[in-house]
Amino acid sequence: MNQINGLGRRGFLGTVAAVAGGMSLGWNVPAAQAQAANSAATAAGGVEVGIWAVVMPDDRVIVRIARSEMGQGTLTGLAQLVADEMDADWSKVQAEYIAPEVNQANKRAWGDMSTGGSRGIRASVEYVRKGGAAAKAMLTQAAATQWGVPVGECSASESVITHKPSGRTLRYGQVAAAAAKLPVPDNVAVKQPSEWKIVGKGVKRLDTVEKLSGKLIYAVDLQLPEMLNASIAQCPVFGGKIGSFDAAKVMGMPGVRHVLRVGDDTVAVVADKWWQAQTALKALPIVWDEGPNANVNSASIAKHLESGLDAKEAFVGLKQGDAEAGLKGAAKVVEAVYGTPFLNHATLEPMTCTAKWDGTNIEVWVSSQNGDASLAAAAEAAGVQLANVKVNKHHLGGGFGRRGQQDYVRQAVLIAKQVPGRPVKMIWSREEDMQHGFYRPITMAKMKAGLDAQGNLVALHARLSGQSILAHLFPSRLAGGADPVQFQGWNKEEFGYQAIPNILIDHAMRNTHVPVGFWRGVNHNQNAVYLECFLDEVALAAGKDPLDFRLGLLGQMPKLRAVLQAAADKAEYRKPLPAGVFRGICANYGFGSYTAAVAEVSVSKQGEVKVHRIVAATDCGYAVNPDQIAAQVEGSFVYGLSALFTSENTVEKGRIVEGNFDTYEVMKLDQMPKVETVVVPSGGFWGGVGEPTIAVAAPAVLNAIHAATGKRIRTLPLKHHDLSHA
Amino acid sequence: MIKLNVNGRVHDVDAPADTPLLWVLREWLGMTGSKYGCGAGVCGACSVHIDGDVLRSCSVALGDVGAGKVVTIEGLSPDGLSHPVQKAWLAHEVPQCGYCQSGQIMAAAALLKAVPKPTDDDITAAMQNICRCGTYQRIKAAIHDAAKGGAA
Repeated sequence: MNQINGLGRRGFLGTVAAVAGGMSLGWNVPAAQAQAANSAATAAGGVEVGIWAVVMPDDRVIVRIARSEMGQGTLTGLAQLVADEMDADWSKVQAEYIAPEVNQANKRAWGDMSTGGSRGIRASVEYVRKGGAAAKAMLTQAAATQWGVPVGECSASESVITHKPSGRTLRYGQVAAAAAKLPVPDNVAVKQPSEWKIVGKGVKRLDTVEKLSGKLIYAVDLQLPEMLNASIAQCPVFGGKIGSFDAAKVMGMPGVRHVLRVGDDTVAVVADKWWQAQTALKALPIVWDEGPNANVNSASIAKHLESGLDAKEAFVGLKQGDAEAGLKGAAKVVEAVYGTPFLNHATLEPMTCTAKWDGTNIEVWVSSQNGDASLAAAAEAAGVQLANVKVNKHHLGGGFGRRGQQDYVRQAVLIAKQVPGRPVKMIWSREEDMQHGFYRPITMAKMKAGLDAQGNLVALHARLSGQSILAHLFPSRLAGGADPVQFQGWNKEEFGYQAIPNILIDHAMRNTHVPVGFWRGVNHNQNAVYLECFLDEVALAAGKDPLDFRLGLLGQMPKLRAVLQAAADKAEYRKPLPAGVFRGICANYGFGSYTAAVAEVSVSKQGEVKVHRIVAATDCGYAVNPDQIAAQVEGSFVYGLSALFTSENTVEKGRIVEGNFDTYEVMKLDQMPKVETVVVPSGGFWGGVGEPTIAVAAPAVLNAIHAATGKRIRTLPLKHHDLSHA
Repeated sequence: MIKLNVNGRVHDVDAPADTPLLWVLREWLGMTGSKYGCGAGVCGACSVHIDGDVLRSCSVALGDVGAGKVVTIEGLSPDGLSHPVQKAWLAHEVPQCGYCQSGQIMAAAALLKAVPKPTDDDITAAMQNICRCGTYQRIKAAIHDAAKGGAA
């Protein structure tokens, strides 16, 4: 590993103290406190053994974490991987974030900080495990050297090194200082899965206790000496600008210090307290220059998308055989049009960031899914070099893809630059957060299938029409104009049903002025609704059982076939359900993992849906922490079924209509189905966990609703549909 | 100055009477365990007890609290861990991001005080707080466990 071996110890002397400070005070140590804690921490003698672990004299092992923790359990999973390779005593393992500027100053030794795409663990496994193995090798060598024995005679377990012939022992904390002086070994072997002791176990999370007492300091909770607070208003119409505002009207209000322009589309009120800033902001007269999009609404956007359903020009995502000819020659053609709305991530902690500008350096405190990107955004907004930026990472009060974007970091920096010398904490109101997201893109799909006389699916054409995430966020990543993200689940690598002889999947890009982004599960969510519900339609048209129909088409993706079978087995798919309860099934491959779900649903005559039970199966290859996988699967049904039942963002006069959770409705406990998670790790690969299951939530329930009512719902959310039935 | 009793201690608060209790707690008293989620009494992240009843502090004005005794997540148990609900939450690994959990725990504690052995229906009726991570299944199991005196 170049990332480990290319580094000496010199670059890390400064971080050792910070690590120990973090331990004594928790992870989210404001810089001022960390500075104060430095001397005591240094005296405590924690030392880096390699770059991934710090060993304390009392044997505690502090694992460095580069990714972000937003509830998905990555912090604990990564610590398990490092600690297992170290043969550390898990009861003495803790974790702490490595700071983005420290990563940057050391040629990004800790790798990519971006935490999205369910990559937190699967993209880190190689180097964090080698880091743990290297630390163990160094600690063992240090003990052997102290004893004057060959290292081959020593073994390590539970943070204790044993000299086997003599039975002598040394604890990690006793040899850490000597170990830290050794070179980090070049080629360390990692364990075989059969040797894992901590990986694969449902050990408790490392970050729970402070979440039970209110003591965990999220970015929104930060309090610093001399801190001011800001609330902002952005032009409600995307693409519009500030016309004018009358600061004098609010400058006399309690606590108000400044009314500021932030870029060309945002106004901030800065006050002693946030509540004062927010109160003044509401009273501030602002005239917006709404720009060219002020007449766009949901109906005009729908028309725009509909124009793509039969458009001649489209980007091809997957082509096999001749779908057009296959449809022409089919004995029976099934056709349906589906659609899904814009969706806000709606993290419960609204966007927030604190920034302090001292005339030369910018320091920010932020809950971010990408520490590297926060560092870069702060530098760019402040107009300084990366070396002049410090980023303090806090645990996220929800991420779901929203906090990969750095708009709120830039805003906080632009505010702070106008108030030098004092930290300013910016918090978005819920309404601001709801109406200025990076929404799950709105798309539609026209699905066509051709069956032969025996009911075999011989041709499939899926035409997507809708907005591209990459075109909005990263146009440079478009491939010849096409957005590969649109084809998630439907590309050569991920599409499971390639036994269909003739396939065409294409996308007519129809962009809008509404900002779009990566929403937990991304385009898998929409595509799985379109495909997995449509396959149900096709199976029924062919007179076949939906499970058998799918199993027959999944021969080229045996692991997806197996996971679907596992879900069906656990749900006892072949056995009848109580009267009035109906099943729906579906499967999907995404983020490197295979998922399937069986939903058991009843619908009252009046149309009230009750989801009684979900069985969800996941094959993520290796399961680092089965209990946390179950937690992610359970949560995926809340996120996915909120999108199915109630959530949507609509557009009127160029702006988002919904402002709060009264109109952007999300699932509460009373709608929570019983979720049974079946983890079937087949080994040999590392798949993601945080996102893949969301894709199967809505289609499983929709298919069950059809079974219950005979009604095929093709546009979300369900709240717009009458499901009453005879 | 308005007198406010929080977690057994009386504070003199220099804030207008119409200031929401949530922001008094967070900004005037520096107690940030109660969270801002919606500001409209919809999400429950700011839930506190006033004279034993669970209320959404974002929608209670400071001036309306009067002599009411406010208990926040910081005051639920002396060590932040020993209330039966906190113990059950730990045993069931309820929190994911954790942001809503102060409010969830306060709502659950109030429920168990009023209904020591709640049914599923009691729980679904009482627990109306939003969790975007989707920890509801574990919340329900943890409440049942806390009611049984388990998870200790």
